[in-house]
Amino acid sequence: MKRLVVVGNGMAGMACVEQILKYGPSLDDARDAPGASRGAMFRITVFGDETHANYNRIMLSSVLAGEKSADDIVINSLDWYRRNEIELRVGVRILDVDPVRKTVTGDDGSITPYDTLLLATGSSAWMPPIKGLDKDGVFTFRTLDDTRALLKRAGPDTRAIVIGGGLLGLEAARGLQVHGCQVTVVHLMATLMERQLDPPGGKFLMAKMKELGIRVVLGKSTTAIRGNGHVEGVEFSGGETLDSDLVIVAAGIRPNVELGRKAGLTVKRGIVVNDYMETSDPAIFAVGECVEHRGVCYGLVAPLFDQGKVLAATITGRRGPTYTGTVQAAKLKIVGVEMFSAGNIDDDGAEPVRYEDPSLGIYKKVALRDGKLAGVILVGDTSDSHRYMEWLRTDADLSDRRRHLLFPPPAADAGLDVAEMSDGATVCGCVGVTKGTIIHAIHERGVSTLSQLKEATRACTGCGSCTSLCQDLLRAVAPDFEDEKKKTICACVPFAEDRLRDILRSQKLKSVQEVLEIYGNGVGCEICKPALSYMLDMLWCGDHDEDRSARFINDRVHANIQKDGTFSVVPRIRGGVTSADELRRIADVADKYHVPMVKITGSQRIDLLGIKKADLPKVWADLGMPSGQAYTKGVRMVKTCVGTDFCRFGTQDSTSAGVEMERRFEQLYTPHKVKMGAVGCPRNCAEATVKDIGLIGVEGGWQVVVGGAAGKSVRKADLLTTVETTEAALEASELFFQYYRENANYLERTYDFVERLGIEKVRKDTVYATDAVKAGLLDRLAKSKSRSYDAWKEGQAPRNPTQFAPIKLMEKVLV
Amino acid sequence: MRESRWIRITALENIPAREGRAVQIGDREIAIFNLGDRLLATSNRCPHKGGPLCDGIITGTSVVCPLHAWKVSLTNGSVERPASESERCVETYPVRVENGVVVVAVPQGAVEERVA
Repeated sequence: MKRLVVVGNGMAGMACVEQILKYGPSLDDARDAPGASRGAMFRITVFGDETHANYNRIMLSSVLAGEKSADDIVINSLDWYRRNEIELRVGVRILDVDPVRKTVTGDDGSITPYDTLLLATGSSAWMPPIKGLDKDGVFTFRTLDDTRALLKRAGPDTRAIVIGGGLLGLEAARGLQVHGCQVTVVHLMATLMERQLDPPGGKFLMAKMKELGIRVVLGKSTTAIRGNGHVEGVEFSGGETLDSDLVIVAAGIRPNVELGRKAGLTVKRGIVVNDYMETSDPAIFAVGECVEHRGVCYGLVAPLFDQGKVLAATITGRRGPTYTGTVQAAKLKIVGVEMFSAGNIDDDGAEPVRYEDPSLGIYKKVALRDGKLAGVILVGDTSDSHRYMEWLRTDADLSDRRRHLLFPPPAADAGLDVAEMSDGATVCGCVGVTKGTIIHAIHERGVSTLSQLKEATRACTGCGSCTSLCQDLLRAVAPDFEDEKKKTICACVPFAEDRLRDILRSQKLKSVQEVLEIYGNGVGCEICKPALSYMLDMLWCGDHDEDRSARFINDRVHANIQKDGTFSVVPRIRGGVTSADELRRIADVADKYHVPMVKITGSQRIDLLGIKKADLPKVWADLGMPSGQAYTKGVRMVKTCVGTDFCRFGTQDSTSAGVEMERRFEQLYTPHKVKMGAVGCPRNCAEATVKDIGLIGVEGGWQVVVGGAAGKSVRKADLLTTVETTEAALEASELFFQYYRENANYLERTYDFVERLGIEKVRKDTVYATDAVKAGLLDRLAKSKSRSYDAWKEGQAPRNPTQFAPIKLMEKVLV
Repeated sequence: MRESRWIRITALENIPAREGRAVQIGDREIAIFNLGDRLLATSNRCPHKGGPLCDGIITGTSVVCPLHAWKVSLTNGSVERPASESERCVETYPVRVENGVVVVAVPQGAVEERVA
C-alpha cells in the first residue's frame, strides 16, 4: 500500500483526506490483497504542529466570544482518525522535505518516508513592520492556542487594540468586547474591509461596530508597540499614541510556502497548482490556503472543499475533474452585525444598483456586468445571500429579473426560493455541504428533521447561519418533515403562544374569560387558565382584569398548598440576609401557631410548614415580612455568598448586588419560577452558574450568566455579557428577565428557553439590541414593577370575604 | 334514601364566580361551587388522596383537584381523570340559591337543628 503523508492537520488537509477515504481502496490493492485494507488506498500519516485534533478554524471567533467551547468546534475527533487507521502526529512541525529520497523531517528528529506528499500547511498571520512586536501582550488570532491565550487576558477594564479592520480583525474585536474589553480597531485604510466592501458599505459597517461600542480608527499606520517589556500602547506614523494593554495583530495572512520551496516546487505567492491541483512535482500535491491557483491565493473556507474534491480524484488516480476557481465570498460572523460580500465589487465598467436605509442600517449593492451579477455587498441584512451566491456560481442572466435584484419577488410559497437553487449550490459554507447532498440525504437516508440532517451531512453544524435554509429544504422535500411544533397551550385555546400574545395585544383583551369566549372554547381548564392569567398580567404590565378563579390555589391565597391541604409560608429574606429581629418574629410565629415544621430551604430562606388557610393573614401580620413568592411561577430569590465584607476571596460585593437584584424583580410573575444567584468570585459559593440568572464577580466586573439549572435538569448557564459595574450587571439582568417574561412559553424555564432560542439570539435581542429595543424592555419592566405589590397585603385587605376566612353557617347545626 | 334537610349556608356573594368554598356541616365537609349560572356541591375530599376540591380550578362542570390534578365531575361526582379511576366518585349534594342565600340539602339524621 502506498504511503501518503499529509503535512497540516487543518480544515483543507482533512477535508481532502475525507474525500480520499470516500474513494476507498484502489482497484489494484483490492485485487492484490483482498480484505487487507478497509480504508483508503493509502496508509495515511498526518502531521500537525498544533496539539489538537482538527477543528473548524472559522469558528474561533465564536470560541473567543464565548458562544462555543473548544470541544464544540472539533471536526474530526481522535476516534475518527483511529477508525480510519490514520496515524496522527500532533505537535510535530515538519521542517524539511527531501523530494529525491522522498522523506519529510520533523522538529522531533523523525524522518518519515512518503510515496505521495500532500502539503496543506495553510497560512500564518502576516506581521507588518512594527517595532516591538515581541512585547508581552502582543497576540495573533489564528489558532485555538491564540484564542485561549487571548481569553486568559480578556476581561473588564482591559484595553485592547486590534490592528487590522478586515474580517478577522473585526471578529476578534467583537470577541474581546464581549468579555468587557475596551476595544479599538486600528485600520490602515480609509474604510473597513475595503477588499470586500465599497466605501459606503464600509461606513454602514463602521456605524454598526460603533453601535456595539467598538471604537474604530481609520487611516492610521501603526509604527511601534510602546511599553517596557509589556504592551502599554501603540504609536502611529504621525507620532500620535494610543494606550492599551493588549495588541492583536490581524493585518492579513500569508501562505505558508516554506516547505514548497524546500521541496523545489514552483512557488510564487503560494505553491503553484494547476487545475488538477498538481504541483510541479508529480509526487507532491498541495491544497488550501498555501496554494496559488490561476494567480489567486484564497484565504477563505469555501475553496478548500472544491479543491479537496478535485485533488482527491487526482491523487487516487482518477485524474479528470478540474478546479477552475471559486467565487470569493465573505460573511462576518458577528451577532448584530450582518455583512456579506461576494464576487467582484469594483465599480469599473460595472452597473451598480443600490439600496440604503441608514436608520435601519441596511445597505445593499449589486454590481452587474453584461446583465449578469459581478459582485454583491450586503450590510445589515444578509438573509438573501444564498440567492446572490447562486447567481454568481451559475453566471445567471438577470435581464428578466431586474425588478428583483435587491429584494426577492414575493414568493408564492415558502418552497419556491429553495426550489430555484441548483443542486450544486452551497447551503452550508462552514462545512461545504451542497443542496444536492442535502436532498440526497433526505431521499436516501430518510432524513426528516434538522438534527438528523446535521447528523447525516454535518450541514448547519458550524456558524448556524444556514439553519433557515436547511429547514426550508426539509419542508420542501422531506415528506415527514415536522417543523419544531408550535405548541398550543391546550385544546381550549388553539393558538401557539407567540401568536396568542399578538392577538391579546392587538385585540386589547384583558380578562381570561374574554379570551376563552372569543378565541377559545368558552370554558378553559386548569392548564390554559393560569397560562392566560400570566400572559395578560405580563402583556398589560399588571393593568389587566385579575381573575382569581383562573389561578391555581397557591396564587389565590399566596401560599404553597401541602398534601394535607395546609399551606407553607416562606417570607422574603432578600439575598439570604436576615436579622435577629426577623428570626425572633419567625420563632414567635412558629410557637404561636404550633407550626409543625420550621425548615431552612435550599434557597437561603425559612419555610414554615403546616399553616391553616384561615391563619395565613394572622401569620403574615405577625411576621411583618413580605411574601417570598415561594408558591408561584414568579420571582423566587437571589442566593448570595458573603461577598467582600467578610470573605477573604470576594472580588465583588455580591451580597448587596443580590439584595438589590431581588428588590428590583420581587413581586413580579414569570412564565415559570425564576431563581437567581450572585457570587463575589468564581469560587461560586452560591451556585450562580446553575441559576436562571447569575451574577459572577470577577476582577474588575461582573459576568452575567443565564439559563442555568440545577433541578430536574442540570445545565450550566450561558454567558450573556461581561460588564464593569454592578449597575450594568443589573441592567443586563433586567433586559434578560423582561425578554424571558415576554417571549417564553408558559411553564418554560429559562434553561429550556435559552436552549430553544440559542444564546446568540438571546444576546442579540437583549444586551446587543438597539437602544430603542432595550429601552422598551426596561420601560415595560418598570411599568409592571410599579403596579406590582406584596401579595401578602391581601391578608389585611382580602379580595373577597372568604378568600382566607372560612364560611360561617347561617344556622347552627349539631351532629 | 333518607330525607334531606335544606340548610342555609351563606350569602351568595361569599362564593365568587367560578370558585369553590368549603363548609363544615356536622361531620361533613362540603365544597360548594359557583359556576356563574348555577351552584353545585360535592364532598370536599378528593377520592385520590383527600385533596380539598374547593381549592381546585373549575373547568366546565368539573373541578381539578389542586394536589394531583384528578378531575371530578361536579354534577354526578364521578372521577373523570384518570380514566382508570372512573368507578370512583364523591358524594354530591343538591344546592340552590334562595333570596340571595346559598342553601344545601344534607341527608336527615346527619344533622340536628338547634335554634341559634
